[in-house]
Amino acid sequence: MAEYKPIRKVVSGNYAAAYAVKHARVQVVAAYPITPQTSIIEKIAEFIANGEADIQYVPVESEHSAMAATIGASATGARAFTATAAQGLALMHEMLHWASGARLPIVMVDVNRAMAPPWSVWDDQTDSLAQRDTGWMQFYAENNQEVYDGVLMAFKVAETVNVPIMVVESAFILSHTYDVVEMIPQELVDEFLPPRKPLYTLTDFDNPISVGALATPADYYEFRYKLAKAHEDAKKIIKEVGREFGERFGRDYSDMIEKGHVDDADFVFMGLGSLMGTVKEAVDLLRSEGYRVGYAKVRWFRPFPREELLEIAEKVKGIAVLDRNFSFGQEGILFNEAKGALYGTGARPIMKNYIVGLGGRDFTVRDVRAIAENMKAIIESGKLDREVEWFHLKR
Amino acid sequence: MEIPESVKKRLTLPAEEHFYAGHTACQGCGASLGLRYVLKAYGRKTIVVIPACCSTIIAGAWPYNTLDANLFHTAFETTGAVMSGIEAALKAMGYKVKGEDGVMVVGWAGDGGTADIGLQALSGFLERGHDAVYIMYDNEAYMNTGIQRSGSTPYGAWTTNTPGGKRHFLEKRHKKKVIDIVIAHEVPYAATASVAYPEDFIKKLRKAKEIPGPSFIQLFSPCPTGWRSPTDKSIEIARLAVQTAYFPLFEYENGKYRINMPSTRREPKPIEEFLKLQGRFKYMTREDVEILQRWVNHEWEKLKKLAEVFG
Repeated sequence: MAEYKPIRKVVSGNYAAAYAVKHARVQVVAAYPITPQTSIIEKIAEFIANGEADIQYVPVESEHSAMAATIGASATGARAFTATAAQGLALMHEMLHWASGARLPIVMVDVNRAMAPPWSVWDDQTDSLAQRDTGWMQFYAENNQEVYDGVLMAFKVAETVNVPIMVVESAFILSHTYDVVEMIPQELVDEFLPPRKPLYTLTDFDNPISVGALATPADYYEFRYKLAKAHEDAKKIIKEVGREFGERFGRDYSDMIEKGHVDDADFVFMGLGSLMGTVKEAVDLLRSEGYRVGYAKVRWFRPFPREELLEIAEKVKGIAVLDRNFSFGQEGILFNEAKGALYGTGARPIMKNYIVGLGGRDFTVRDVRAIAENMKAIIESGKLDREVEWFHLKR
Repeated sequence: MEIPESVKKRLTLPAEEHFYAGHTACQGCGASLGLRYVLKAYGRKTIVVIPACCSTIIAGAWPYNTLDANLFHTAFETTGAVMSGIEAALKAMGYKVKGEDGVMVVGWAGDGGTADIGLQALSGFLERGHDAVYIMYDNEAYMNTGIQRSGSTPYGAWTTNTPGGKRHFLEKRHKKKVIDIVIAHEVPYAATASVAYPEDFIKKLRKAKEIPGPSFIQLFSPCPTGWRSPTDKSIEIARLAVQTAYFPLFEYENGKYRINMPSTRREPKPIEEFLKLQGRFKYMTREDVEILQRWVNHEWEKLKKLAEVFG
């Protein structure tokens, strides 16, 4: 193994994704423009135009076709990528099922953006979380570095378990905000991520195959089970790949939930993506003031890291779940999932759901402090004031 | 079974078979014949994309497969897009696509999947210029879901959602001219074909392979189940569709139109000849037949003019 000397570049989250696509030696990109995703595919097109990347680029006429063309490319045997956001992701919905059902290791970046109406281009996780039952794995990036690392790891994991992966980043907060990203020299990426070796392709003309044929009730059930099992098996692969990434490049991703100060915290903040950056900042501050707080940043939402969640829940008195998303008629999606995962276990921390930052509403260190004060009072009194709080609501 | 040389040299179609017997098409199905011809023309070095349509079923339920070629089943509206992705991947992986010894990417979609729900993906595929052939097998309704009208259903046809009845609720819109929409993309090669004229179809399939860029063939494929016609009359009905100029055979090649009717000199037969063998047209009044005849005449004159001016 050659010595790792990172190349530091100041890039946006979207450019970090584009560089990762280039370094992953993706062969086919099919994509359609949508704010705030567009600069990913623009940057990829620029790489192609400058002769820096050898990629077949299909400028399709919709996101539905973007996913369909990516599926065609992946089934043929190529390493394929696409990217989208919000309405585009919703339009792809049908084909998301197709990609996972056909067991294609596609990697897609979704830039979290609020669903319309009312029109909004700003950060909100409901677009990606609403796709939770499509059979895709989901990785949430906290910062631009994790966007870059996430795409590279996603290809390795996806191609090992033959399940597609969505790498999710925040609109503007990451997608258009510049930050230092440590990139990996091409030859070291190649060592970590060798060319794809598909189990089946559409190019073995002596042994033709059929993909996606009708399955009767006598067989469909087992196909579903195999996909379910692939998700369970993926947990081990995710940890292994995350550990290998850490050994090679110094950033360890072996935990599906990144934990901070959990061991001596009365309560932890739990959430997905970039808002956890704000939380981490606030936790340092709060701890210096004597608050016994920690954080649990859920990196992988699918497969859901229930085992790691249980370990945390057994240690703390309370969990403040921060959802930048909402399931109407119910509650925040991560909150709902976390409670469900803990039911039937011995762990019974007080759990409260804070609905924050929808449609790009600012979520600040000051907000985390307010939530901390509220949680502290709840834990001290042992009384939950309400289960779900619309935190920023104008009164 | 080995075909004797004496027989082989008299065959006007390729002897090789890549479409197995034992498929699940209805008796007298035009589409299954059509797919058999496609595979005869292109052989095994083919990737077939089939969206939701009768051929989803005809190709067989897992683990069976009627096609002796790689097959990707896909969602209803995605044929053009999936073909585009396959073609791009083949090029990325270093394969020769189309032309002599090239891999053939074939889209095989019904009229609903082409004229209606798949039109956008088809347009994208044509406009971007992918090296592949899209074949629309046209049985003039959604047959797999049980005979509902599509954009390609002709005036006067009974379907289960244009059922005739006391209020004379029949299909009252003329057939959508998908081939004209395709030609508007100025594709290198587009043609109509019919299962009643297999030599002509095979010739067109070969051209579609040779000519670089996107090709399109609209194949007239009778459906006895949906057309309420005798299962042994499919070829006769398909032939009459051509002879009445209801479905004229022609090619559009590099900007030039060429009518390739079996006989271009003979005047078309009256449309009744085509209608009378099919139960789906039994609700048509005399006025309905006249309306359809006028449309056929108009379209036929237009085509002849196009062939004259851009021939």
